[in-house]
Amino acid sequence: MRAWHFTEMPYPHYPQDEPATRINLPNKHFDPKIGAELYNRYLDEHMIADELGLDLMLNEHHQTPSCIDTCAPLTAAILARQTKNARICVLGNPIGHRNDPIRVAEEMAMVDCISRGRLECGFVRGVPYEVYAANTNPTETGDRLWDGIDLVIRAWQAVDTPFNYEGRFWHRRSINVWPRPLQTPHPQIWVTGSTDKETPKRCGERGWVFANFLLAYDKVKPLFDTYRAHFVEHGLPGGGGCAYMPLVHVADSESEALKGADELRWYLTAPKAEPHFRNPPGYMPVAANVAAMRAAQNANVRNARSASIDDLREQGILVCGTPDNVVKQIKRFYERVGGFDHLLMMDHAGFMDHDRTVKAMTLFAREVYPQIKDLPRTQPLKVARAAAE
Amino acid sequence: MASEEFVTVGDAEIEVVRRGAGRPLLLLPGEDMLEAESAFAAGLAKRFEVIIPSPPGFGRSSRPDWLSEPRDLAYLLLSLMTKLDVQGVPAIGCSLGGWIAAEMAVMDERCFSRLVLIDPYGAKLGGPLERDFVDLWQLAPPKRDALYWRDPEKAKRDISKLDDAALGRIARNLETFARLSWQPYFHNPKLKHLLYRIAAPTLVLWGEQDGIASTDYARGLAKLIPGARVSTIAEAGHYPHLEQSDAVLKQVSEFLGASA
Repeated sequence: MRAWHFTEMPYPHYPQDEPATRINLPNKHFDPKIGAELYNRYLDEHMIADELGLDLMLNEHHQTPSCIDTCAPLTAAILARQTKNARICVLGNPIGHRNDPIRVAEEMAMVDCISRGRLECGFVRGVPYEVYAANTNPTETGDRLWDGIDLVIRAWQAVDTPFNYEGRFWHRRSINVWPRPLQTPHPQIWVTGSTDKETPKRCGERGWVFANFLLAYDKVKPLFDTYRAHFVEHGLPGGGGCAYMPLVHVADSESEALKGADELRWYLTAPKAEPHFRNPPGYMPVAANVAAMRAAQNANVRNARSASIDDLREQGILVCGTPDNVVKQIKRFYERVGGFDHLLMMDHAGFMDHDRTVKAMTLFAREVYPQIKDLPRTQPLKVARAAAE
Repeated sequence: MASEEFVTVGDAEIEVVRRGAGRPLLLLPGEDMLEAESAFAAGLAKRFEVIIPSPPGFGRSSRPDWLSEPRDLAYLLLSLMTKLDVQGVPAIGCSLGGWIAAEMAVMDERCFSRLVLIDPYGAKLGGPLERDFVDLWQLAPPKRDALYWRDPEKAKRDISKLDDAALGRIARNLETFARLSWQPYFHNPKLKHLLYRIAAPTLVLWGEQDGIASTDYARGLAKLIPGARVSTIAEAGHYPHLEQSDAVLKQVSEFLGASA
């Protein structure tokens, strides 16, 4: 099990009573002086995480104060130079929204070289409201994701002969990426997914890492089962596997842990998108939209935002407590989902200050991590079969 | 008289509904696909054999992956007209259907004998910072309804009375509409430069309370189509033929009657 420090790098200092914060909250609410301090503080905390032996995960969003990391490759480049040991996972490149996948191949190869082979290269379709910021056709972002990843990998691996590409979404002449990535055959690929089983299946077949964020364990298990049923080892660095992201807070006492958990819960309750931004036409399959129309008709839509700390902890979406208690919760989740390989910890959110963030991270690294590090990894199919025989 | 059939055109299967008897008339429906069952179509069916194709990706028609803009549908629908042997007939295009009809008329100067465009999208007349069409994708569905309809109550559908297949068609119609119109938004940048090619006498009808594009836009559009006339419909939004079907039928009958 590898553990990863993660924050969305929020800018929480906007009027909290704004009805909607994604896409259209005017940027007059962003004070660059405060922003400058936050960026540097967040980067410092990534360096502390590195010193504590944790790995680092980065993401990006656009036009939202919930995440002011608008360019994960830029952050990855800074950390490639400023950290020493941590793996740096960009999770991920919203390649369907980028107009030039070859530029992404170049950026990632540069980060891999500068970090001397510490890059984990993730790709995401992007949450629904990202289509508004990128102005990408929501009916096409799924196909653009898979075509884009294939093109990046082909570009990295075409070492002898530059090639022309004339596909459905992009046309490029004489593709010849300088530099190449340092890791061979190329950095481990990660892809995120939520409910669709096609994504874990494709990731398993290709030996990539499949990652899920903040779903309850009973919804995660079928996804990870699908991954395991298709997992083939392809010799990529890191060896594939499944990743899960909960909110994580470790403290000396249960009461302090609950205080921290409450601060993390900001991530679930504060960033708000108007309903139509959460479901642009064509983003969800037709069948899911039919179900949504029926659900609206029956008025029984469950609101995860209002879930209590206890509910979230029971579902595995929130992990919090004293170190031994946190170990128990992680192991319980591990058993409930049939095992996983990467714990992506959202261990900072909202207004949580530097001291609390670092204290929790330190407690995790010193007292929790050693107790979960050796949990068995996901096995590729032939190894799993051999072990069973 | 009513009939339904599927016609193979290229790699698409196109659903074709027919209403009434008489001279053929092509009716290209709007993105919500409300025309086939409307009083407007029934009124037309008293004088014409009304041919209503579901454009690819709408209704029960298939949607090949390569379709990404209304012009692509226009090619397939021109082939459909050839296959059905209905060339040089009058046509009415509503909203998105009006955009498709304009693309067809630009491609083939002889495909229509007369053309009625009812609140069509398709041509951007203003500059980069001017909104010819209100950005519907940034609005919640109730706000969209208020722009489409003078009386938004008309937009309400009783979902409990629709089966999953019908709901699925509603969802897919919206999905295809987004596929075709997301970016460039509601227009083909080249269309305004090609509208001069429309040879059929053209009537542009516009709902006075259309909240998506104004009657000023309608007049600007008509100036680009040789000889086109604009007429506005009172007490109607973006679908005047559905909200004021008698008034629209009267105007359409007069316009098409001239060539009867």
